[in-house]
Amino acid sequence: MIRECDVLIIGGGPAGLASAREAVKAGCSTVVLDDAMELGGQLVKQTHKFFGSEMEYAGVRGIWIAEKLLDGIAGSPLFTPYLRTTASGLYEDGVVTALFEDREVLKFRPKKLIIATGAMEKTIPFPGNDLPGVYGAGAVQTLMNVYGVMPGKRCLMVGAGNIGLIVSYQLLQAGVEVSAVIEGMDRVGGYWVHASKIARLGIPILTRTTILKALGEEFVTGALIADIDENWQPIAGTEREVDCDFICLAVGLLPLVELFYLAECEMKYVHKLGGDVPLRDATMRTTNPNVYVAGDSGGIEEASSAMVEGAIAGLCSAKSLGAAIPDFDERFARLSDELAELRCGPVGEHIRRGLAECTMEELL
Amino acid sequence: MSGIKSTGVPSRELIESTFPSEERRKSGPFAVIECWQEIPCDPCVASCPFHSIADMQNINDLPVIDHSTCNGCGVCIAQCPGLAIFVIDETFGAEDEASIRIPHEFTPLPAVGDTVRALNRDGSFACEAKVIKVRNTKSKTPVIEIAIPARLILDVRAIEPLSRAKNI
Amino acid sequence: MRIVEHPILKFERGRKVAFTLDGKPMEGFEGEPIASALHDAGVTTLSYSIRHKRPRGFFCAIGHCSSCLMEVDGRPNVRVCTEPLREGMVVKTQSGKGVLR
Repeated sequence: MIRECDVLIIGGGPAGLASAREAVKAGCSTVVLDDAMELGGQLVKQTHKFFGSEMEYAGVRGIWIAEKLLDGIAGSPLFTPYLRTTASGLYEDGVVTALFEDREVLKFRPKKLIIATGAMEKTIPFPGNDLPGVYGAGAVQTLMNVYGVMPGKRCLMVGAGNIGLIVSYQLLQAGVEVSAVIEGMDRVGGYWVHASKIARLGIPILTRTTILKALGEEFVTGALIADIDENWQPIAGTEREVDCDFICLAVGLLPLVELFYLAECEMKYVHKLGGDVPLRDATMRTTNPNVYVAGDSGGIEEASSAMVEGAIAGLCSAKSLGAAIPDFDERFARLSDELAELRCGPVGEHIRRGLAECTMEELL
Repeated sequence: MSGIKSTGVPSRELIESTFPSEERRKSGPFAVIECWQEIPCDPCVASCPFHSIADMQNINDLPVIDHSTCNGCGVCIAQCPGLAIFVIDETFGAEDEASIRIPHEFTPLPAVGDTVRALNRDGSFACEAKVIKVRNTKSKTPVIEIAIPARLILDVRAIEPLSRAKNI
Repeated sequence: MRIVEHPILKFERGRKVAFTLDGKPMEGFEGEPIASALHDAGVTTLSYSIRHKRPRGFFCAIGHCSSCLMEVDGRPNVRVCTEPLREGMVVKTQSGKGVLR
């Protein structure tokens, strides 16, 4: 049996759910596939309050935002979510296959596809980086904030971007100590307010510092760190051990783009966006006219902008199907303005430059 | 590189730059917004019941507070996603005393009358401090008011979580 | 170890269920990922790598990295970071590629 629908959204995180809301509102039959046990993507572990403005629920904790995004569509007959369902294939006739609970293959034939698969955590090379106890920072967040299990007693956080800083704070909230946050750059990459929040609770942030080695045979028992010079080379004599029983890597995210390749979307490596990303236009359409992109799968940014991108993709894919959206122009303009404003400040500069490399004025 | 950009610890001068005039400081509690980086964020503006935080032309603008209309009510403290707002009251208590209200998202919460460990902005121990008020909020950012020596108003910015203080 | 008190979160856990790890009796909450029940019990090595037999734990916890593959009820290569725990599951530390039976 092939399940037909207007819009199929792969990924039920902030981008996917914002897409679904717009598509359902426009009267499209909308299916969302997600491999997790609940909708919300990584929102379900974000216990901190979001930045941005009211449109992106600024001031609301991430864990409460998924519910708000589902408000009004959760009971709609036009909205069908499939959980624990992993999209596994995309065929020339437009059929998407998905594996439900690792045992049943489902087939979908959507008119439009929105790929909002998000991202996965990167790792960095050092001896022992494969030991149990070396975790992605997001993994630790999942373990403690979703399932309520302590990842360990004392953490070394690698990376002082927003994720490293926020997860360090959340570790303290869960009763776990953080020995230090180390960062290779000469400054914190995340927001200063996040850095101040942990600094005033006694977590040292050590810039120009790297991890040389994870200690331990079967499990992490400590870490060896060192200062680095201008060329990112360890400075002899600065090696020292850090007391920790697990190591968190918050060294960046990689867009999950396999499905764009299957859909034969034109791709480009954009360093500032985290990896290979699809070319897109202002409506979030890729070079495949039936495929749209939203959120981190199109470039690593914040959940706030992912939600706005998702809304644009949902709105525009519905419009392209001929849905009657009387205030389309106004809504599209408002969402585009919102997105531009989120990105217009100094912290949005690398995003703007990254997007300039993969956003097309007009698609071929 | 040093200072807030690399350690998260703002300098005394930076903190002092957010303080109102001497005259205003002596007239009652006032909010200080320790937000010095242009990031896309604006909930503080809408949170103020007295519209003392200026509307932003752009969401990346730095917040600007009008201390002549701010009465130090502290509603903004729990609304700031960056937990960067504090309310200081130099008229509290004796001449050499002051109070500061601090967002504190840790459990268990201290109770009024308890003595807690107040921490400096770099996390080092500042002083023992008495809890004056505990206000829990719907958004789960409790605000704790503590009495501190007036000379420490530029330094004290945190309370040692009780769960941790036990182990020290 | 479980988080008992948290300033923001309340953990709603399913009923307690029994399962086995390499024949040893274990306990966890129904519906949580197998990896979370194991981690709570202090079990962090979930498999051994194919060539060098190095210990492997979870890394991403959201089903993307394949670092947590175990044998569950005779099925190899199950991502235990996303596989919900059920009463009576037979979980085994996996070594190498896993064997289909």
